[in-house]
Amino acid sequence: MITIDDIMETNRMITENKLDVRTITMGISLRDCAHPNIKNFCENIYDKITKSAEFLVKTGEDIEAEYGIPIIHKRISVTPIAIAAEACDTDTFVPVAETLDKAGKAVGVNFIGGFSALVEKGYTRGDHTLISSIPQALASTDIVCSSINLASTKAGINMDAVREMGEVVKRTAELTRDQQAIGCAKLVVFANAPGDNPFMAGAFHGVSEADKVVSVGVSGPGVVKHALEGLRGKDFTEVAETIKRTAFKITRVGQLVAREASKRLGVPFGIIDLSLAPTPAVGDSVANVIEEMGLESCGAPGTTAALALLNDAVKKGGLMASSHVGGLSGAFIPVSEDKGMIDAVNRGSLSIEKLEAMTCVCSVGLDMIAIEGDTSAATISGIIADEAAIGMINNKTTAVRVIPVPGKKVGDMVEYGGLLGYCPIVPVQNKFSSDAFIARGGRIPAPIRSLTN
Amino acid sequence: MKIVVTIVGKDRVGIIAKVSGVLAENNVNILSVNQNIMDGFFNMVLIAEMQDSQVKLKELQDILHKKGDEMGLEIKVQHQEIFNAMHSI
Repeated sequence: MITIDDIMETNRMITENKLDVRTITMGISLRDCAHPNIKNFCENIYDKITKSAEFLVKTGEDIEAEYGIPIIHKRISVTPIAIAAEACDTDTFVPVAETLDKAGKAVGVNFIGGFSALVEKGYTRGDHTLISSIPQALASTDIVCSSINLASTKAGINMDAVREMGEVVKRTAELTRDQQAIGCAKLVVFANAPGDNPFMAGAFHGVSEADKVVSVGVSGPGVVKHALEGLRGKDFTEVAETIKRTAFKITRVGQLVAREASKRLGVPFGIIDLSLAPTPAVGDSVANVIEEMGLESCGAPGTTAALALLNDAVKKGGLMASSHVGGLSGAFIPVSEDKGMIDAVNRGSLSIEKLEAMTCVCSVGLDMIAIEGDTSAATISGIIADEAAIGMINNKTTAVRVIPVPGKKVGDMVEYGGLLGYCPIVPVQNKFSSDAFIARGGRIPAPIRSLTN
Repeated sequence: MKIVVTIVGKDRVGIIAKVSGVLAENNVNILSVNQNIMDGFFNMVLIAEMQDSQVKLKELQDILHKKGDEMGLEIKVQHQEIFNAMHSI
């Protein structure tokens, strides 16, 4: 029997500590839509997406109202377009991106992900076509998200793709320069990308998934911060236990929402992504959780250890609360989407180099970081290569979503609004060249999995 | 289906009467009530069964929200399952 205290606690988490379900994401396979004529292919995918997700937004809104838990986004992920559209006789997939945009808007979702390619070992013709289409595709659409997986623990790092993606990021920034390079906020480069991730910009419907699935991404850094406020001065065993208990409660709500959504939509349940996903709102920050553990400012020595404990405890607590866990599960550390991270950059305590160290233990990687517009493509490729190496060696997902904002310098601020937030330009402190390193191309071989020192 | 109604706002005469009146009109059976006044603020948590009700949860929410607005109260109506999910295994 639930008690009054239980009811008050749940409602306090929702109203004061900003507990929410970040997203219900429907994954839709487009493997049955292939056609040599791109016009027919686009018709096929439009029909499949709009039919499959017709009631997704309404269902999300109904669940939100009935249970009183905010569900912030409803999203769609699709089969990587480089695979689904490979048979099309065309040299550009921009019309495919525009069709995804149209289909997503028709059903009212916030984002549609899957303008993607998986090239960790090599390229096919479709992969080349997709990657060369990214800048124009992101400039001519609003809600389409793109991701490229270019490294894995099993395959190593595709350094040709690393070089190319540095240039693609720059070109995307240039084509969306009148919106502060927002195209780059919808583009992420991965190592070890999971095929069941409900979060953007990296969501795509993996090739081994069922025809349709519903997955849920939970959130709630504010709830964890509140729980830790009562533990000041206590040791880390208690900190870890409290985070586990809190993560369990948060995830149970995600599991309930996922089960209901799956039942009402008649689509199998995929996974719960056990995540602490911040927003720019006050009190919804992963950086503030780290600071609550006793650090004056996120980025101070000890930050990586604090994040490691947080990331691990969230997974341990959440695992028991859900029947299937997957995606990116862990603590996200985006800069522009987290007020505590933004404050830390502004007070000079967080640089891209410290963020890189933190990505060794966080759920993903360098995320939503605005950098100076004149940062070279080779430097961005160097940053991508470093992240990919961390992911490859440590058998974890890593990613880079940096935004070189044309005309902006350290000290300037860029604003994207909504969940994407706002961000001071983060300094890339090391100004030395990576040009000759990136120009080599080829592949970095897959790593040895023993002698782990 | 069991629902949880939480009411918060400045205390005044007749809050319980009005809310329970709405529930009775819609054939919603009250199972438990917990209420107190803190610093002049009215707090109430009410659990009720609506399996015999002729209205849907969404309609009851709309009716009670409207009643809350009239009385200057915040009235929240939720499916009980969210609390069970979070607090019991």
